[in-house]
Amino acid sequence: MSRIVIDEQRCKGCLLCVEACPKSIIVASSRFNAKGYKVAELPEASMDTCTGCASCAQMCPDVAITVWRTAKSKAKENE
Amino acid sequence: MSEQLVFTRPEVLADVATHYCPGCQHGVVHRIVAECLEEFGLVEKTIAVSSIGCSVFLYNYILVDTVEAPHGRAPAVATGVKRARKDAFVFAYQGDGDLASIGMAEIMHAANRGERISVIFVNNTVYGMTGGQMAPTTMVGQKTTTCPAGRCMEREGGPIHMSEIIATLGGVAYCARTAVNTIKNIAQTKRAIRRAFETQINGEGFGFVEVLATCPTNWRMSSVAANERVGKEMIPEFPLGVFKDAAKEEQP
Amino acid sequence: MSAKRIFIKGNEAIGHGALDAGCRCYFGYPITPQNDIPEMLSSAMPAAGGEFVQAESEVASANMLLGAAACGVRAMTSSSSPGVSLMQEAISYMAGSDLPGVIVNMNRGGPGLGDIGPSQGDYFQSVKGGGHGDYRTLVLAPGSCQECYDLTFEAFELAFKYRNPVLILGDAIVGQMKEPVARREPLPIDPAEGADWKLTGRGQRAPRILKSLFLDDGALAGQNIRLRDKYAAMATEVRYEAFETADADLVVVAYGSIGRIVKSTVRALRAQGLKVGLLRPITLFPFPEAVLRDLAGQGKRFLTIEHNLGQMVDDVRLAVRGLADSEFFGFLPGNMPTPEDFDAPVRAAVKGA
Repeated sequence: MSRIVIDEQRCKGCLLCVEACPKSIIVASSRFNAKGYKVAELPEASMDTCTGCASCAQMCPDVAITVWRTAKSKAKENE
Repeated sequence: MSEQLVFTRPEVLADVATHYCPGCQHGVVHRIVAECLEEFGLVEKTIAVSSIGCSVFLYNYILVDTVEAPHGRAPAVATGVKRARKDAFVFAYQGDGDLASIGMAEIMHAANRGERISVIFVNNTVYGMTGGQMAPTTMVGQKTTTCPAGRCMEREGGPIHMSEIIATLGGVAYCARTAVNTIKNIAQTKRAIRRAFETQINGEGFGFVEVLATCPTNWRMSSVAANERVGKEMIPEFPLGVFKDAAKEEQP
Repeated sequence: MSAKRIFIKGNEAIGHGALDAGCRCYFGYPITPQNDIPEMLSSAMPAAGGEFVQAESEVASANMLLGAAACGVRAMTSSSSPGVSLMQEAISYMAGSDLPGVIVNMNRGGPGLGDIGPSQGDYFQSVKGGGHGDYRTLVLAPGSCQECYDLTFEAFELAFKYRNPVLILGDAIVGQMKEPVARREPLPIDPAEGADWKLTGRGQRAPRILKSLFLDDGALAGQNIRLRDKYAAMATEVRYEAFETADADLVVVAYGSIGRIVKSTVRALRAQGLKVGLLRPITLFPFPEAVLRDLAGQGKRFLTIEHNLGQMVDDVRLAVRGLADSEFFGFLPGNMPTPEDFDAPVRAAVKGA
């Protein structure tokens, strides 16, 4: 299973990652961070759909997303 | 099942929150510049020149030796830096008001002299730091705080296409326009910045990369809508591509 | 000190002084009456292993100076009045960023395009800051070709000692005249100069930032106070020539080329028995106010002579305030003054007691 970690304290809620995700599994959460931004999240239930393509991380202006990919990754979208 | 870290922050990019507004793509360009510095092993020998505007705080984010230039003068300051310290890797990072308006003379002549420097030019068609005034790259019809009815070709002229102009100058080794609105374009931006840096490393001449980017705050748009505007409106006006590459011109 | 003397223009002496002081970057833009400087350095600087750039404007040349200064390299630009106006932006940033560099102004007539002849109309611009913000530059005013050489040589030492821009304020007279000049032993380039602040690429150390932007609460005030203390410390650099002031009733205060011409006037009047002397400031900032105040305390009277409508006279009056005043005689730009031009005003001031 590939996975991402969104640093919620860095997220500014711009949601460009939501648009970038080819699997459409990143969503706007209902949580606000300390700065008052409504952060993006990848719900735990959707995590096994993640391919680790890193599109979300590439798009994120705040470099708030870290991506791990499993060895059997099928990340064809990645550059 | 072995897990591999495939994307994380480059070390030279400070692990801090930026002052940029949500959705502002300076952060993406900073990250790409930081990655290129690391991949070429340039971090320790780099001297950056920051300019005036939102990106004046470049030095808070890209952790290299940096000097702050007056508005528009970054290419002249970078010229002085490079002439004084030829072994340094020197890049300037400028916005559209800084580079294409007040700094038009400095960018043109640094490029024409073929200074061995790299200039990253972020074009978001508006003055960001000062609150959204008309920029030299503001598009016809685009509303700003100083052209509230929209930029008018008859009154204010049209947007300046810097990459096309820079490419005509003799000292330029590499000149390209890219965007960071899609994954494909982000990859292209990285290739372009790598190539611009390479021209300096190889002593080929002046390297220039114009990156189309958003300013959601001053465009009065959501981050997502602003990003869509890049593809729908900006790229048709400012076509992407490599306008000059000295390495590819050697064969007639 | 080398005894070898060469017969050169003041402008050329500035170029030689810079080279011998270890200046290895020159940036300039053509303007009369200082073109001998870039012309000689266009070949002499590369021959010395340095960099010469003819910039697109004085705005650019001053900003190139800023960039080279940030690297801790001895660098210079030169121009004349209208061009120096264009440089004020970069000079302010250099002052605000604690950057050392040498700027030469061979003052010509103004305002505006003025003329290409000598003038001292840029005194205020030179000593009161010149650009925006609360800052000062060290200002050295040569009165001979030898001083053009010596003061340029020393300007680099001062610039690095204080990490501050240093201005050489000459004029079309001293720049264009020729005299024998004794050169000094060239200084070796010191690669360690500025080692604790200059930009080299960060290497293994923490990155350095040279900037003039201070947004945090109290940060700019702190920088202003630090700069003020630095300017106060420069007071020890005061230089002046005192000629026949000891028993003088009247002290004429004049600087640069005018100071030198007035010296001839004073000498001629002394020969006729008039008790007149000359105080010629060599540093205009710091201004030699202590010596003037001391002379005022001795009961002497003052006449300030300038090649303008009256600028330095303000500083003379401030220096002697409460003890004396200064009369003023202004010789206007557009003409070359001779010692005879100052004969009548000095006589009148001597009698005026």
